[in-house]
Amino acid sequence: MSKREGSLAKQNRVRQLLLSSPYVLWSIGFIILPLLMIVYYGLTSRDGGGFTMDNLKLIWEPTHRTTLFLSIKLSVISTIICLLIAYPLALALRALRLKSNGFVILLFMLPMWMNFLLRTIAWQNILEKNGVINMLLGAVGLPKLNIINTPTAIVLGMVYDFLPFMIIPIYNVLSKISDDVIQAASDLGANYFQILIRVILPLSKPGIVSGLTMVFVPSLTTFVISDILGGGNILLIGKVIEQKFKMANDWNAGCGLSLVLMVFIFICMAIVQKYDKDSEGTGVW
Amino acid sequence: MVKRLIQKGYIGLVIVFLYAPILVLMVLSFNASKYRSKWGGFTLKWYRELLENEKILNALWTTLLLAFFSALLATMLGTLAAIAMNRMKKLPKAIMMSITNIPILNSEIVIGISLMLLYFAISFSLGFASVLLALTAAHMPYVILNVLPKLRQTSRSTYEAALDLGASPVSAFFKIVLPDIFPGVMSGFMLAFTLALDDFVITHFTKNAKVNTLSTVIYSETRRGIEPEIYALSTVMFTVVLVLLIVVNRMKAGAAKKAALQQK
Amino acid sequence: MKKGLLAGALFCAVMMFAGCGKEYANGEVVVYNWGEYINEDVIEMFEEEYDIKVVYDTFTENEDMYPLISIGEVNYDVVCPSDYMINRMIQEDLLAELNYDNIPNIKNIDPAYLKSAEEFDPGNKYSVPYCWGTVGILYNKTMVEEPVTSWSAIFDEKYAKEILMIDSVRDGMGIALKYLGYSMNTLEEAQLEEAKQLLIAQRPFVQGYFVDEVRNKMIGGEAALGVIYSGEAIYTQRENEDLVYVVPDEGSNVWIDGWVIPKNADNKENAEKWINFMCREDIALMNFEEITYSTPNSAARELIEDADIKNSTVAFPDEATLERCETFKYLGETEEVYLKKWNEMKATQN
Repeated sequence: MSKREGSLAKQNRVRQLLLSSPYVLWSIGFIILPLLMIVYYGLTSRDGGGFTMDNLKLIWEPTHRTTLFLSIKLSVISTIICLLIAYPLALALRALRLKSNGFVILLFMLPMWMNFLLRTIAWQNILEKNGVINMLLGAVGLPKLNIINTPTAIVLGMVYDFLPFMIIPIYNVLSKISDDVIQAASDLGANYFQILIRVILPLSKPGIVSGLTMVFVPSLTTFVISDILGGGNILLIGKVIEQKFKMANDWNAGCGLSLVLMVFIFICMAIVQKYDKDSEGTGVW
Repeated sequence: MVKRLIQKGYIGLVIVFLYAPILVLMVLSFNASKYRSKWGGFTLKWYRELLENEKILNALWTTLLLAFFSALLATMLGTLAAIAMNRMKKLPKAIMMSITNIPILNSEIVIGISLMLLYFAISFSLGFASVLLALTAAHMPYVILNVLPKLRQTSRSTYEAALDLGASPVSAFFKIVLPDIFPGVMSGFMLAFTLALDDFVITHFTKNAKVNTLSTVIYSETRRGIEPEIYALSTVMFTVVLVLLIVVNRMKAGAAKKAALQQK
Repeated sequence: MKKGLLAGALFCAVMMFAGCGKEYANGEVVVYNWGEYINEDVIEMFEEEYDIKVVYDTFTENEDMYPLISIGEVNYDVVCPSDYMINRMIQEDLLAELNYDNIPNIKNIDPAYLKSAEEFDPGNKYSVPYCWGTVGILYNKTMVEEPVTSWSAIFDEKYAKEILMIDSVRDGMGIALKYLGYSMNTLEEAQLEEAKQLLIAQRPFVQGYFVDEVRNKMIGGEAALGVIYSGEAIYTQRENEDLVYVVPDEGSNVWIDGWVIPKNADNKENAEKWINFMCREDIALMNFEEITYSTPNSAARELIEDADIKNSTVAFPDEATLERCETFKYLGETEEVYLKKWNEMKATQN
């Protein structure tokens, strides 16, 4: 008996090895090696190739510091707005009790199938001085709004572009919460808000965490939105990194700044995940 | 009743917000002027020209191929990886988890350039395959992160019971595990597909002259003004997908109704 | 089982991709040009006349194209960078010398432009001009008080929030330098600092910094003044008659995009045939009519039928105007000082 268990255990180990080796090999090739290249470039100087911390310290130059703080501020604002829009939306969708989750997911993902740049450019037509919104306002005799080329337009663009990333994970967890749980809470005398705060909210944490990550990270590194909707008036950290690679052709500095940003994002996520002890790592959806 | 109305109104509002710029693109596809800021009258000529525009049609075909196959590859490998990771002990699992997160947290230009450097270092020539692999690598983590939570929800005992009853591990996987995690696999695939469809930066750095996607065509046109055929193409794509989506949903709803009736 | 099928399908798709198209007797030529920067019929004509397959790829910016060439992973045969980038690629030894025996049509190129090109390509060894133009102000005459003749207009509080500035480091800094009376290729830190301060003072009056969107916004009447390339001016004037293009009195940038052959090109002779073809007068004319960027091809200019365009001072500015203009040179490490000053300006909150 024990011999059979022993061979079974061995068989399991072999199976586990077979199962995990493709991904381990893949991640060495396509994640670790490229990452090492970034680390190598980030920690060496451009001319000599010797070890240096200068590329990392670049982030603390006054210009870059201002840029970083502005980027953080804008992406935090957009992430919060996304959450405030998406959560009630997911609750409302749940209340509809649709048969197929797939339909809802596709409905909110479909806009993303149109090219991102085209959609952002189209927003200009809506927001410009002589754009759609101002035409409508003018038609009913209201004063014109001045949104285009302001930070408001950037936040709007970020919210627009990344909102589906917040809606879908939250909807996914909410749609899985069983009605029995809510019924039970209600039977015990809880009112709607108590149920929302004490039952639904804690159960939907994994979805919220995924949503926060998937909105915060891209809005921190984007710059196209700021260039097109913000009129290039504001310099964001993503743009600085892009310039280092393209304009200055200084890959060392670009990689150094990317490394700092990466570490920063890792720390942010670690903090967020502290509040989500149940799930190991980030569950995106 | 009022609450229901508010809920529906709110959903409608968000949908309007998400689809408004697409409506603008559709209107522009009928604009006789090449410029987005001027209405030059109604025309269908961009649709006619689209049919003759080999460059755009080729790019569309390449884009669809790349997006579909990179998503497929990412889904297959990613699902396998998720299953393996789900069974790992705590420490190796945590390590693999952090590694998986790296591509999500890196800006695209860093992923693109680092992969280009890698291909260069191993003298892997750039082309369709290099873009395919790069997109797969960049988007696989999203699949893993979709499948893992589902795996956690499925119990191992059913799978083991199937094994005890003599099923091979492979057939036990296809009959027991896969159906359970399928929604996660599907949404992982959809996400990988969506991201690949829209990717510019990674493709730019890992492609050669012969491979062009819609994104690379659109970006190269921004300097001189985007060809309105692109708006026409977007309109066609969008309409086709939306109609398909609604038809499939109707059919599903119909089938469900029928099944419910038959049960009665 | 299913997965096996799908993998099979993948292979078929890739194979299909690899093996399409007809055969060409004289091989191929891989062309890398700006997007929408050619009359596409010309490509087919070349394929037919020379029996060479053209693989045509496009880029958005010099900086997008550069790393691909410098790493040399993709072998392009003929590329069309701008002046300062050609200068840089020469300095970094990335280009092959042209064999003019294979490019007899060089005779069509106006010697004046070949002379300008010598500023970045001494001896015209590596490049043949393809298109050229100036940077200037496009203004809406219904929205300004008097005709604009000086860069001072875009630094004037009078037009606050009605100014579209160019979002490009060298162009933006260059305008400020010219306005201050310095060279656009200056290496003096003090002059760059002065330019930066000028741009900071300008910031509150600027509606936005754009490159590609100036065209659309000016047509739509979103602003009174915008900095733009001359090649866009002819187009935009057709769409909105109130728009006027000027090269300011202080002078400006004159830019030239030229064909070059990278050192690692596989098909150098075919690339030279391509360049020669591009210099043929009828081909240059077809290109000019399609893209409206000025052609340095004097033979082609003679063939232009529309007298307004043939004599247009926008498309073909007089010599006095060109006298005031400079081409950009690649400035090595000083380029980073330009970038730094520009970013400091952009990060200023006022």
